[in-house]
Amino acid sequence: MLVVDQLKVNYGAVNALDGVSLEVGEGEAIGAIGPNGAGKSTLLAAITGMVKPARGRIEFEGKSIVGTSPEKLVERGISLVPEGRRIFGPLSVAENLQLGATVAARSGVERPAPSVDEVLQRFPALAALRARQAGSLSGGEQQMLAIARALLSGPRLLLLDEPSLGLAPKIVDDVFTLLRDLHGEGTTILLIEQNALKTVRFADRTYVLRTGNIVMTGTRDDLSQRTDFAEEYLGV
Amino acid sequence: MTPDVFLAVVSGSEALQAAINAMQLGSLFALYALGVALIFGIMRLINFAHGEFIMLGALLLLFVNGWPFGIQVILVVFAIVCVALLSERIVFRPLRSVSPVTMLVASFALSIALQSIALIIVGVRPRGAQIGTAFDGFWTVGSVGISKLSVATIAITAILLVALTAFLGRHPVGVQMRAAAVDFNMARLVGVKANTVIGMAFALSGFLAGIAAILLVAQTGTFEVDMGLNPVLFGFIATVLGGMGSLVGAALGGYILGGASTALQVGLPVELKPFRDALLFGGVLIFMVFRPEGLIKAFSERTRV
Repeated sequence: MLVVDQLKVNYGAVNALDGVSLEVGEGEAIGAIGPNGAGKSTLLAAITGMVKPARGRIEFEGKSIVGTSPEKLVERGISLVPEGRRIFGPLSVAENLQLGATVAARSGVERPAPSVDEVLQRFPALAALRARQAGSLSGGEQQMLAIARALLSGPRLLLLDEPSLGLAPKIVDDVFTLLRDLHGEGTTILLIEQNALKTVRFADRTYVLRTGNIVMTGTRDDLSQRTDFAEEYLGV
Repeated sequence: MTPDVFLAVVSGSEALQAAINAMQLGSLFALYALGVALIFGIMRLINFAHGEFIMLGALLLLFVNGWPFGIQVILVVFAIVCVALLSERIVFRPLRSVSPVTMLVASFALSIALQSIALIIVGVRPRGAQIGTAFDGFWTVGSVGISKLSVATIAITAILLVALTAFLGRHPVGVQMRAAAVDFNMARLVGVKANTVIGMAFALSGFLAGIAAILLVAQTGTFEVDMGLNPVLFGFIATVLGGMGSLVGAALGGYILGGASTALQVGLPVELKPFRDALLFGGVLIFMVFRPEGLIKAFSERTRV
């Protein structure tokens, strides 16, 4: 579904990504882990059309998407849960959800998208908070809102950038349970995380990034058998 | 000057007259400020050409002199909306991905270019400009004559404020504009079209400039090539005073600036009156030292992280 090939992204003289290749198949849940500065967020910025790569290919459903605008890519079915949640704080929860459905409400976009009520069934806590100012929600509630907002476009590919960052362990578990449910229902997922253990356990395959390169890749069994990976990322 | 002293030196009817003048001036300033703030909120661009949008509206009035008032209004507003949209398309859109400073400089360039065009068309000398007789005349309340223009300016601005608030609060594009003002890139990432929200901001800004042009010409009766300078200056200062990025703040800043300016005009001794604007802006400066974020904090700063 998504093919990234030899992708290079520069910020000035800095190579944020230095020839990254990865693939996400239809219905797969793929993880990408690595320390700060490995280029994880840059990878998502390139896939969502927010930064232009210096070189390399990005294909979505067989067509190149390099140079396509972010709003067009949402229409095509790529939806992002960004790092730091980035909900629209001064707006109400209901307005945030309405904005999530922007492309679903647009005529000419025929991909099926869930209604607000359908999405809120996954987030019963949010349903009671519709009238609240989104910025006044707790961190966990904001993360759920960010995921709900992304789901409302009816994504073909769901991208998540560190959804567990800054959340209590109980809520991190909730996030991963939710991702497992979505994956079970056939949603294609690319999850970027620092939480290596949970990501490797969750994902069908995981890529390990370091300083703009992919240094390892494999299924959860492959990776846990590699001692260098286990020592560095799983702490065993 | 405290309110007590202020009331002591002016009679009741003078106070009423001053209050109406203050509201009228404040309404114009609020219109200017909203036009500036709409663009700033979404693009972080201070569009210094906004004053020239108003000037061009006045220029157009020279050419439709004597036409029915309704047609004058429609023509001017439509034309200025088009000018604003064309400015966005030709000048600002190609620069959007460059630094905000570049766009700011471009807005100065646009401002000078539009003035030069007006200069070529009508020359440097001030011209008498007129609109129909719709706003002529007075209503008499006690010993005070209240001009229809004052009432019209105050009422039209109030209606526009309510309409704009309703649009931004309820209409889907209005909600998208507010989202874009909070986090422009995130708005695009949920599918909000950048060109739609920015185009709408310029269209609304042009609409407000067109209305302001009509109300301003109705008041001054003159056209000058550099008549846009004062509006953009007061609009910008009202926006800063109100808290950049907040439309409510911008309108409030306009009214406060109008009120303070009128109070100084009435209250200052004759020999100090020439320094009215200097004192006014000095006051704004002192206020900003103590409250640099302005009257109302911008939305994005209130967001809990």
